Amino acid sequence: MSGFTGTMRLVRLALRRDRITLPAWTLGMAAFLAATTAMFEDSYTKHPELLAPDTQIVVENPGMRVLGLVTGPTVGGYTMHRDGLTLAVLAALMSVFAVVRHTRQSEELGREEMLGAGVVGRYASIGAAVIVALAANLVLAGLLGLGMIVAGQPVTGSLVAGISIALVGVAFTGVAAVTSQLASTTRGATGLAAAALGASFLLAATGNMLGTVDSAALRVTSAWPAWLSPIGWSQQMRPFADNLWWPAGLSALALGLLTSGAVLLAGRRDVGRGMWPERRGAARARPSLLSPSGLVWRLQRGALLGWAIGLVGFGLVFGALSEQIGGLEGAATEWYAAFGGDADLLGAYWASMMQVAGLAVAAYVVTLLLRLHHDEAQGTLEPVLGTAVSRLRWLSAYAVNALVGAALLVLLFAVAMVIAGGMVLGDTPSLLRDLVGAALVQLPAIAVLGAAVLALVMLLPRWSVGLSWVLVVFAIFVGPMFGPSLGLPSWLMDLSPFSHVPNAPAVSISPGPVVALVAVCAALAGVATLAMRRRDLALPA
Amino acid sequence: MVEAREDVCHDARVRAIELRDIVKTFGEVRALDGLYLTVEPGEVHGFLGPNGAGKSTAIRVLLGLLKADSGSATMLGGDPWRDAAELHRRVAYVPGDVALWPNLTGGEVIDVLGRMRGGLDEGRRAEMLDRFELDPRKKARTYSKGNRQKVALVAALSARADLYLLDEPTSGLDPLMEAEFQRAVLELKSAGATVLLSSHILAEAEALADRISIIRAGRVVQSGTLAELRHLTRTTVIADTATPATGIGEVDGVHNPQFLDGRVTFDVDSDHLDAAVRALAAFGVRSLAAHPPTLEELFLRQYGEDVTT
Repeated sequence: MSGFTGTMRLVRLALRRDRITLPAWTLGMAAFLAATTAMFEDSYTKHPELLAPDTQIVVENPGMRVLGLVTGPTVGGYTMHRDGLTLAVLAALMSVFAVVRHTRQSEELGREEMLGAGVVGRYASIGAAVIVALAANLVLAGLLGLGMIVAGQPVTGSLVAGISIALVGVAFTGVAAVTSQLASTTRGATGLAAAALGASFLLAATGNMLGTVDSAALRVTSAWPAWLSPIGWSQQMRPFADNLWWPAGLSALALGLLTSGAVLLAGRRDVGRGMWPERRGAARARPSLLSPSGLVWRLQRGALLGWAIGLVGFGLVFGALSEQIGGLEGAATEWYAAFGGDADLLGAYWASMMQVAGLAVAAYVVTLLLRLHHDEAQGTLEPVLGTAVSRLRWLSAYAVNALVGAALLVLLFAVAMVIAGGMVLGDTPSLLRDLVGAALVQLPAIAVLGAAVLALVMLLPRWSVGLSWVLVVFAIFVGPMFGPSLGLPSWLMDLSPFSHVPNAPAVSISPGPVVALVAVCAALAGVATLAMRRRDLALPA
Repeated sequence: MVEAREDVCHDARVRAIELRDIVKTFGEVRALDGLYLTVEPGEVHGFLGPNGAGKSTAIRVLLGLLKADSGSATMLGGDPWRDAAELHRRVAYVPGDVALWPNLTGGEVIDVLGRMRGGLDEGRRAEMLDRFELDPRKKARTYSKGNRQKVALVAALSARADLYLLDEPTSGLDPLMEAEFQRAVLELKSAGATVLLSSHILAEAEALADRISIIRAGRVVQSGTLAELRHLTRTTVIADTATPATGIGEVDGVHNPQFLDGRVTFDVDSDHLDAAVRALAAFGVRSLAAHPPTLEELFLRQYGEDVTT
């Protein structure tokens, strides 16, 4: 019997299990790209004269070059610079999650043992996971290309762009196949692959930052570090400009080598174990762990740290960009002015960046509060409520952690912006005062979304995860970031809590909307508390 | 049959558990269908039934995790739904399916749950870890099912509680650990604690329980001490007689007589045992064996199986 016997049967099983997950990832990413492409296409059709200067601004700023490789003054190229990194990271994560789900996680949960006793080869699950991830990336490439074509971009460039993003997914399919063999847990395998993704980003970013700029300041040629990174390879295809195909070979080669490595490793280890054993931990709990809120803090501190690092990084980049904003003209100023609601362009810029951070932090708060539902559905809540901890106390532990975490994250972002902005503009103290105020004023809107998630978890436990994310996406799209560009009516925009956040520091903070948001938050929290007291626990079967 | 025990109520004492006519439905399914259950203070009460009979649902109603549709429930004199958190200071619980936070160690989980109950006994914690041979430094995600069960057991047994609710606590334990568990329960009993032990392992209940309730499809179908339950059922008699005991089938209370090579086997209602043995003597008894029904037979009889051997 060959080591790959049964692979195709496992592929069918995996596709059946992922029949909602993978379409959601690929369609979501394609919709995001199509929508933003259409937005830029619309804006530069109205003001074609701005495309070259806007490109130059990006090219000349090393901080902006970190985000991607500028290939020339095209709408497609500009869009890829704005969205490329996000999409590359998402494609990598989609692939990592898929591969780990069908290899390491299956082993950890004992499914692999059941399958391994059947007519299934030792390497079948690696083979199946890689095939499923590759299929997902193939579909992703097509959908992304299609999205850009529909949004009015050239066909070849759009297809190269789609393929270039999917190739990051392909390379990380191989990475995850290896990390699934090394680590003995799902978290470990995902974490190692995420670390590789971080390193890959840093290499590409360094390569682009140190890259050379042409005389017209319209395109960048990457320095050598970018060539060590799958994200870098993807960018070297230069969609909409050179449309190079050969860098795709590097990703394919990486996949081949990494997958072979994974198969070799799998042949040398026992089922259920990794090459690296799990570390032992503390025999006793620290005093800080011995309360519901201490326990919740412990459960989410890793995620919080990740978000903090990300927000500080973006805060530094956006802060450093403050200097460029004064020189902006035309369409971009209109957008910031519409967003920030004031002629003070710099203030409007800061207000808009702070709102973007607010949206990101809201997403963090939602992931944290949805753990309440996971605790309940997976059974970890049952022993807790079997102790003297009441339902209200458990809910409060999560609410407190959500609020503290959100405050910490927006403040870290503000301080990072102040540090970088203060270095280029001076006058750090007044900037600090302005931006800390602008950061804190995001909290009521975030809290409204959080309280809505609590109400959903308590009222409709089975549907709460999906509905919560629908709510987040709705609040973002009808909010001030996209609402005006999409030409939405004001009553619809008013439904997003973010539409009511004062545009500080561009305009002074008025108490009215803040008080209203706090009142809505309190009402939703009240609904959650009442519902929680009345219902049965949604226990695992 | 001691189904409704209000006739033998000891008013002076507060019952550890009293469920009266509890109904709990999940959609179309009636998980509890008029359940009565009483547990007196200081007793170990075996709560027996196959999977899906409603044992876990009843325990979750007692813990205030589920709200009964109708009926009245009291635990340690309080309302399990309304006073849940307060009552749980006096209760230790082992869930039927133990789920732990994957990135905490077993030792941390024991401490966290202990503190949330209101504190645990340090001496007992160390002793139980030792007796159950549990490594407290391993991350919960790396424990086997048996070891996860041990974490929940050590957490519950390290507590000084008045009432222990144990939902199939030995599933996944090996026989040595099972024996250790039985010793621990007997210690709790001699210290005066009350234990509700749900199980489908009859030998376990037979070894530990003062009283037993058998649950079937959401109702308690029999409840009492093992002796009472046996008294209410039939004894199996096997005898070799000098002449064939042909008339034995006519004696009141004798069932299923079977004859083979001068040997007769029959079941007799416990109330008629005396008459049956007298009748048998007339045929010249050469050897006689009689055994009371095992719990297995009681149990199977409740589930309508044929129990003749």
